[in-house]
Amino acid sequence: MRKEVKFIDQADAYIQGNMSVEDRREFEQYCKENPSEAAAYEEHVLLLKKLNEYQSRVDFRSKLESIQSRIEIPEIAGRKKHKGIVELWKNYGYSALVAASVALLIVYSTLWMSGFYSDVKDNSNKYSALKRDMNRIASNINAQTKVINNITSNVSKATPSTFGGTGFAVTANGFIATNYHVINGADSIYVQNAKGDSYKTEVIYIDPTYDIAILEIVDSSFKETSPLPYTFKDVEADLGQDVFTIGFPREEAVYGRGYLSSSTGFGGDTVAYQVSIPVNPGNSGGPVLDDNGNVIAIINGKQKEADGAAFAVKTSYLLQSLEAISKDSLDRKLQINKINHLKGLSRTAQIKKLQEFIYMVKVY
Amino acid sequence: MVNRIKEERIRDDQEIIDGIAKGSTSELEYLYTEYFPMIYQLIIKNNGDEDDAKDVFQEAVIVLYDKVNSNNFVLTSKLKTFLYSVCRRLWLKRLNQPDRISFNTQEHEEVVAVEDDLMVSQQKETQFLLMEKSLHLLGEPCQTIISDFYLRNLSMQDICDKFGYTNADNAKTQKYKCLQRLKKLFFA
Repeated sequence: MRKEVKFIDQADAYIQGNMSVEDRREFEQYCKENPSEAAAYEEHVLLLKKLNEYQSRVDFRSKLESIQSRIEIPEIAGRKKHKGIVELWKNYGYSALVAASVALLIVYSTLWMSGFYSDVKDNSNKYSALKRDMNRIASNINAQTKVINNITSNVSKATPSTFGGTGFAVTANGFIATNYHVINGADSIYVQNAKGDSYKTEVIYIDPTYDIAILEIVDSSFKETSPLPYTFKDVEADLGQDVFTIGFPREEAVYGRGYLSSSTGFGGDTVAYQVSIPVNPGNSGGPVLDDNGNVIAIINGKQKEADGAAFAVKTSYLLQSLEAISKDSLDRKLQINKINHLKGLSRTAQIKKLQEFIYMVKVY
Repeated sequence: MVNRIKEERIRDDQEIIDGIAKGSTSELEYLYTEYFPMIYQLIIKNNGDEDDAKDVFQEAVIVLYDKVNSNNFVLTSKLKTFLYSVCRRLWLKRLNQPDRISFNTQEHEEVVAVEDDLMVSQQKETQFLLMEKSLHLLGEPCQTIISDFYLRNLSMQDICDKFGYTNADNAKTQKYKCLQRLKKLFFA
């Protein structure tokens, strides 16, 4: 018992550092020699460590308690509190964001589903000008090349035309009307009549606004034709009246008949009529005639998504264009035909008479 | 003292941590003024009252204190985030009682994992409770003798005088007996 008391006493002195160097060495030596005493020493040290830790925790807690009792909770709690909008945002910000995105989603999906966007979509997609793109019709190119090569006139072209359309004579001496979009960007333009004769032409007038172009045949082999059988009617045509056209959507002249379905064109365009005639690329520039053989319009386009809705520029704009051409610049007289030879004839007879004056326009 | 609390100087986390490691009162006060309101709001919004907030915050500061004083201390997040996460976790644990309703999870603060830190603190706390209980069971005069000698660093002679032992050897014997009992209680 005394021995143990003395050991602990020494251990305390050792830990606290109240020992002479000699005694310290002796104590360490003693511990080394007696493992059981060394274990007792370890246990003692551990207990003291825990005791100290406990005490410092108690002290720390009481320090915190005293700080807590000093601070004014309502004051600092209130001070940190956000006011008004910030507080609202903190509380409901996330809900508001979710609500806003849902609202946006609903708005736009409703608009989309109700077809709002398809209405505001670029309208030009629905409209197609009816010039014939030769490159798209590969089989026709070969046939056309053959035709061109067979032409006996001194103008022969080896290369196929890149675009095509239709044109019709406005005078017997070589003036031809067609669409501006048919000849737009052309290097050279040839016209070919029903007999297969091809003539070089030059553009003498264009009016991009009304999609009208006037060509003049400049080929020396061209001889003046017989007088035009049709006349031009510049008064507004009646809704529902029967009309027909002849054009060149392919290598041969194609007849199409229908009726005048609206007095305005695409998107309410007053420059044109809407006619219900099956037309295809290549029909552009073809005349629209009424039963009596009056040219009332020039085919120039159709609506892509609607069947049988073709558009044709009114004749009055063609007459305007013809008048606008400076007479002095012409080497021939541009006299508009006033005598109608088609009136009262059957349709086949009309067409037979007409065919000679309708040209396939070939653009290179 | 109140004036010091109102002082608005922004201190960086490292400064505060160094202060806390030393147990500096001024840094602890700063900790309270800066971060307590946030915790107060958290607890109040989740069915707690002011006392709950104080308890939770005190616990969190102690967790921080333990962490700061551990050997391999690294603060991997902002001090604010750490405190918030600890308090949140502590409060969730408390709410895990049947009569409490579910936690308001509308949060705007970042949360980091603090389970390990809480566990370390929890283990220490268990030992401290054991020590407290042991000291309590030890009774007087043993508790005072042990505290005087080992914690307040009084000499054996002082203790001898204080308790009226006839000589220092008697006091040493008494202290030895007390110590043995404490060991038995604590290591039991």
